[in-house]
Parts: sequence; C-alpha cells; structure tokens
Amino acid sequence: MLKPKFNRRSTGLGMLAAAGMASALSFAANVQADTTVRAVMHAALRGLDPVASSATITKNHGYMIYDTLLGLDEDYAPQPQMADWEVSEDGMTYTFSLRDGLTWHDGTPVTAADCIASLKRWGTFDAGGKLLMANTESLTAVDDTTFELKLAKPFGEVISLISKPSSVPAFMMPEAVASVPNGEPLPNQIGSGPFKFVADEFQPGVKVVYEKYDEYVPRTEAPEATSGSKEVYVDRVEWINMPDVQTTINAINSGDIDYIERTPYDLMPLLEANPEVHTAVNDPLGWMSVARMNFLHAPLNDARIRRAALLAVSQEDVMAAMIGDPRFYELCASVFGCNHPRSSEVDGESLTSGGDLEEAKKLLEEAGYDGTPVVILQPTDVATLAPQPIVVAQALRKAGFEVELRPMDWQTVVSQRASKDLPSEGGWNMFITNYSVDALWSPVVNPLLISSGETGSYFGWPDIPEMEKLRAEYAATTDADTRAQQVIDVQKLAMQEVNTIPLGQFKLVNSWRDDVSDIVQGPLTAFWGMKKED
Amino acid sequence: MLGYFIRRLLAAIPVMLVVALSVFLLLRLSPGDPATIIAGEMADAEQVNNIRTALGLNEPLHTQFFIWIGNLLQGDFGTSLISQTSVMSMISQRLEPTISLALAAITLTVIVAVPLGVIAAWKQGKWIDNLVMSTSVVGFSVPVFVIGYILIQVFAIELKWLPVQGYRSIDEGIGEFISRLILPAMTLSSVYIALIARMTRASMLEVLGEDYIRTARAKGLGQRIVLFRHALRNAAVPILTVVGAGFALMVSGVVVTETVFNIPGLGRLIVDAVLSRDYPVIQALILLTAGLYVVINLLIDLSYAITDPRIRY
Repeated sequence: MLKPKFNRRSTGLGMLAAAGMASALSFAANVQADTTVRAVMHAALRGLDPVASSATITKNHGYMIYDTLLGLDEDYAPQPQMADWEVSEDGMTYTFSLRDGLTWHDGTPVTAADCIASLKRWGTFDAGGKLLMANTESLTAVDDTTFELKLAKPFGEVISLISKPSSVPAFMMPEAVASVPNGEPLPNQIGSGPFKFVADEFQPGVKVVYEKYDEYVPRTEAPEATSGSKEVYVDRVEWINMPDVQTTINAINSGDIDYIERTPYDLMPLLEANPEVHTAVNDPLGWMSVARMNFLHAPLNDARIRRAALLAVSQEDVMAAMIGDPRFYELCASVFGCNHPRSSEVDGESLTSGGDLEEAKKLLEEAGYDGTPVVILQPTDVATLAPQPIVVAQALRKAGFEVELRPMDWQTVVSQRASKDLPSEGGWNMFITNYSVDALWSPVVNPLLISSGETGSYFGWPDIPEMEKLRAEYAATTDADTRAQQVIDVQKLAMQEVNTIPLGQFKLVNSWRDDVSDIVQGPLTAFWGMKKED
Repeated sequence: MLGYFIRRLLAAIPVMLVVALSVFLLLRLSPGDPATIIAGEMADAEQVNNIRTALGLNEPLHTQFFIWIGNLLQGDFGTSLISQTSVMSMISQRLEPTISLALAAITLTVIVAVPLGVIAAWKQGKWIDNLVMSTSVVGFSVPVFVIGYILIQVFAIELKWLPVQGYRSIDEGIGEFISRLILPAMTLSSVYIALIARMTRASMLEVLGEDYIRTARAKGLGQRIVLFRHALRNAAVPILTVVGAGFALMVSGVVVTETVFNIPGLGRLIVDAVLSRDYPVIQALILLTAGLYVVINLLIDLSYAITDPRIRY
C-alpha cells in the first residue's frame, strides 16, 4: 500500500499553494460578486467635458457622472431632479431649492454656489443656455441650498431649457470645476451623479469604466426618461468600444457584452434569431435626418431654388435607403420632428408623399437656375450618414439640378462645413446630418432655425430676420395657445425659406441579453434602474 | 561591430528629423480640424475658434513645430487634443496588446512556415511540395478579415472553444491571455506563413544545389542535419529579413486584425487618431514606427553575422 510522504519542503509548498489558491478563489469571488454591465455604445468616448462638447457620447458620459437640476418625464414634461422650483407671481423670479443629501463624489455637499457656477458655464456654451443668460438679470444664492434666477424680461423657456436633454444639458459641477476658463480641460471628473468615473481604467477610444456611487441619494419617484429615481442596481458599467459591427453582434450573442446602444439595422436578423437577446426601441422619439443648406453661395442662396430642392425630395426614398426596415422609420415633414406636442407638418406635404418633381422644375425655371452645380458633402464612413447624399443627389438631378457629390470621411465633413469659401474653392452647398428629435423640438432649442446670418447661426448661416422675430416672440410667450400658433408660423416660414430639408425620422434599436432588465425608456441609454442577474 | 552599431544609430537621427518634419507638415496641410471634432455637432464657429486658440492651433506653423520639437527633445510627446491625456500613456496602454499579438503571430509563423518551406524544398515536385505551395497561394489571396471571420465562426461560435473577441492583459491570468490571442495570431500569421514558407523553399532550393551540401551528404550525414544545420543556416539571410520586416509591420499596426478581434492595439490607435485629427498622437506614433523600423532593420543586419560567419561589420 502506498503511503503519502510528507517532508518540510513539500508541506511548505503545499501550504503556499493552498494559500495562493484560497487567495485566488477569494479574488475570483470578489470579482464575481460585482455585477458589471458591459455595453457597446454608439461611439468611443474621448472628450470628457459634456458642457464644452455637444458630442452625443460625451453627453451620455455627462448623465452617468453628473446630475441635472431638472429632468423630463416620459411625456417630456419637466420634473424636479436635484432641485424643486417655484415661480413668482409675475413670472420673473425662479427659486430653486436643492433636495437633501446631495453630495459630490469627493463627499462634499452640493451647494447653491456650485449650481450657479454650473449654470453660468453652461450659458457660455449651449445655444439655449446663452439665450437664457441673455434674458437673466441675476443668479443669486439665497442660502447654501437655495438660489434665485431673476429675469431681465419675460421669458417662457426657463424650465424647459434647464431640463432639456439635448444638445448640451445643464449638468451641475462643483464650483471649482465649473470655474475653469473656457477652452481648458476639466481638472477632474467629480460629479454628483449616480456613477463615479474610474480614471485609472479610462482608455480613450477603448474602454470607460463607471462604478456605482454608493452615497447617491435617489429620488423616490419611479425612473422616467431623465427624471425620477436614479438608483443604481449594478456595481460597475463598462463602455467598450468595438469598431466592427459584426464583432459586436458576435460579442452579444456569445455573452461577452450585455448591451448594444445602436444595433446595425442590416444585422438585426442575427440577433432576432437568438432567444437570449432582446431588441427594442428605448427612445420613442428617435432622430431626424436633415439636409442643411448653405445660404451664402449660389445656387442655394435663392429661396426659390432651396424650395425646389425640398420639393424634389421624397422622404420614403431616403429612409428606405438609409434604414430599410419600415418598423424603424416614419415620414415626418416637421422641422421640429414628430410625435411630441410642438410638432407641425404644415406645408411639408410633398416630402411625405413622394416629392413633387413638376413643381420643383417649375420653380427652378422661374428662378432662372443657370446649372451651377450643387456641391453635396458626402460622408462615406458612417452607416447612418452615407446613403442620404446619394438619394438626395439623384432626386435633385431628376428635378433638373446639376449635382456634385464630394466623398470624404465624416470628420472632414465636420471640418469642411465650417468653410465659407465658394463651393468651387473648397466650400459647399449642402451637407446631411442627423439630430435627436429632442435637440430640434422647439423654436428655441432647434439650432437649425437660428437665422441670424454669419453671427450665431449654425453652419449654413441663414439670414432671415422674420425667423429671428418669430423665435424671440415664442421665447417671450407663456400662453400655450399662442405658442401652438407660433410653432405653426415657424414651420411655415421654415418650409418657405428652407433652412433645412427634413429627410425623415428614425428610431435607434437597442439590444441586450436576457439577464439584463428594467431598462429606462428615454432619450438616452440610462444605466440607473437597469438590473442584471448575478 | 560596436562601431557599426553606433554609426547606424547616428545615421538614424537625420532620418527621424525628416520624418518628424514631413509628418508635421502633412498633417497641417491635410483637410480637417481637431477643434471642430472637440466642439461637437452643435458648436458654432466662435466656439470652434476659441478651442483652436486654446489648443495653440492658431499659432503660426513654425511656432507650433518648434514647440513640438522642443518638447520632444525633453521626452514629452505632448497631450492628446481630443482626450487631454498624455500621448505616452495612450501609447503605452496600446503597446502590450500589439507586442503580444505580434510576438504570438511571428512565433507561430516561424514555427509553421520554416519547416514547411524546408520540407517543400526537400520534396520538390512531390505532392507535399504542391500542397504547401497551393496552400500558401490561398494564404496570400484570402483577405485577412475573411480568415478572421471564418476562424471566429468555427472555433468561437460553433465549437465554442475560444472567445469571439477582446484582449486580456497577462496580469488578468495567463489562460485568458492566451485564449484571446490564439485566433488573432492565427489570422495575422496566415499571410506571413504563406510568404515565409515560399521564401524558405526558394532559398533552400538554391542552397541544396551547392557543392558543400553534396559534400555533407557524401560524408554520410543524416538528412535532418543536412537540411537544418547546413542548408537552412546558409539560406537564413533572406528569411530573417522577411521575418524582421514582418514583425515591424505587425508592431506598427495591424488594423484589420485588431478591428475584427477588438484588440486595442497601436493600429487602431493610429486610425482613430487620424480620423479625429489628433495631431500629437499621430506624430508620436509615426515617429515611434519610424524608430522601430530603424532598430529592427539594424537588429536584422546584426543577426546576419550570427547566422553567416562570412559577414563581418
């Protein structure tokens, strides 16, 4: 019979091995105890300042680590978030009271002074914030947790601007952070939101890691869009960048990742065939695709020719090429997007009924179009931006336009659209881009409607005094019926002047594995409220 | 040999300076503006201009160049315009996956390709030679991403033997580290196996006809010793050149393989940096790559003397 032999050396080694194994097991147990959601977002996070940058992925990052004074419910109505508010009888003073228990990630309490500094900083970057500050006489702290915003003149958009989720939400930052001069990077990533940023694990372009902020005190209401409880049920969230869509699909099918923020439409069948993966639309409003006109140069510096271009376009053709699956797009002729209270499709019938080529040809003839080519910037590297220029160019050619498509990568489009040069010398006549509907949904927030010429307007630089007058009247009005009529007036003028051509509204499809649940519906992917089985 | 080594290193300095100047000018003259990317979709012209000023992009070109070179000489590669993180830390984060993948792929390549090439030369005209040569044509012809997707489908999705994507550092466990390198290394090495197998075969055929091989056989030496000690050693110079160049290519960026397998290496870093016009990152990576080529070529030249005693420096 064999007897086990022990000696001092082997016993020591055995103990070491056992200790090592125990330690490894304990480490493994710790790792497993953490619930981690791994998500592939629509883009890689590189910039970390969600107020200075209006990039959507940076905004999403902002919602992870910062909080907002107000949020929106599922009907897009403003709700208290960090603060409640009261309005004076004359409508000229807004008092904000911070709720109890709000702390920054370094443990210090959130104060009124922090919020005032944050609002002021936001008011130097965001177009809506600038408008609010232009109408504000003073922002004053009443005590540590209360502050007042006094208006210089009647202004009906205070609450809607502070609660809006796009393009730049009014994120609250510590006063020391919010006081950084514009153009300089933020000194740290300390917010008061439900997640903490893990700086040591940040790899720009590769991975971002967030950890649950244990001291976060959520509201008691159920989570809705950007309001209500932001209670976190997972320990960690990792945003992993995957440049290849096929790899992303393989990764969710195999369980390597839990969530895809934007599922490629053409690969949907691969996910729909997997019972362990759900696909759904979590943002009911979605996005609009729009063609932007350059008002500075011929031929689109003539309103009749811009209108002819609009009449030539059929949204159905654009959306079919861009999205394909009719479950995920709808035709919408409103410059504000559809399916929300401030929508109007007046005078845009041709867009949703296949276009009106005869009328377009007639208008071109009336305007004396001389065959100057319309230069369209054509991004070739982004799936949701590549098809539209081709379809729009073909529609314009059918109406009698000469068209030059200029292929380039999207970042070159982003640079070139800032050029005011002649189209023949590196400038442009038209480019196409996509906006979330919540960035377009009123005459005040919609940047494409700003028509103050070369100062203050979005690229394309429309100069339409009548539009500016209508926008100012809307901002100063508080009566709901008057505002509804003003929305229609703006829509009519926009269809006549054609700042942009609405090309259709589309939905983004989210995908997640079946051990993930309770996903909050709204304009962004919220990781609060989300649960994952251990 | 030391003198040769130092002369070669000194000769690299003007090369690096020319590379630095060329990459700096090319980037500034190409279309695109990092400030517009940083500012985001909704930014107006004034905001973009403020960012340009803050980043120093409104300074004259020569001022920007001398600031960059001055910092470079102090070992400071600068800060990413987009993420505001140190360029060196970004590169060092990406170096481990790239070096790991390159080493795994080049090791696999040498282990598979050299014996295949030797055997094909030894059995010239026989079925095994024809098999090696025709398979290598497939290795050349099929795009790397197709091979990658096929391997993923078979080994990761159908058989579930290996993970579909991703990279794990060796610190996170040797098993995870190796399992996530196998498929990308196989994919990346496919074209190099084909190339080096053919190269080995051609070099071996040249050497096998030499008198000293006949002499070795006449002395009664075994086939293995004749092939690997006498023939292969003399045929090694061109093979080493290709292996070295292949390794340099792998380290300087294998974008497709890194993309298909989601490996955060230098190839993806440089593509991302180019797309976002992140000048300091692009400049540092191109300088690094140029330096790497200089060093690897030097090491290859030095290795000739080891394999072939007739070569002296």
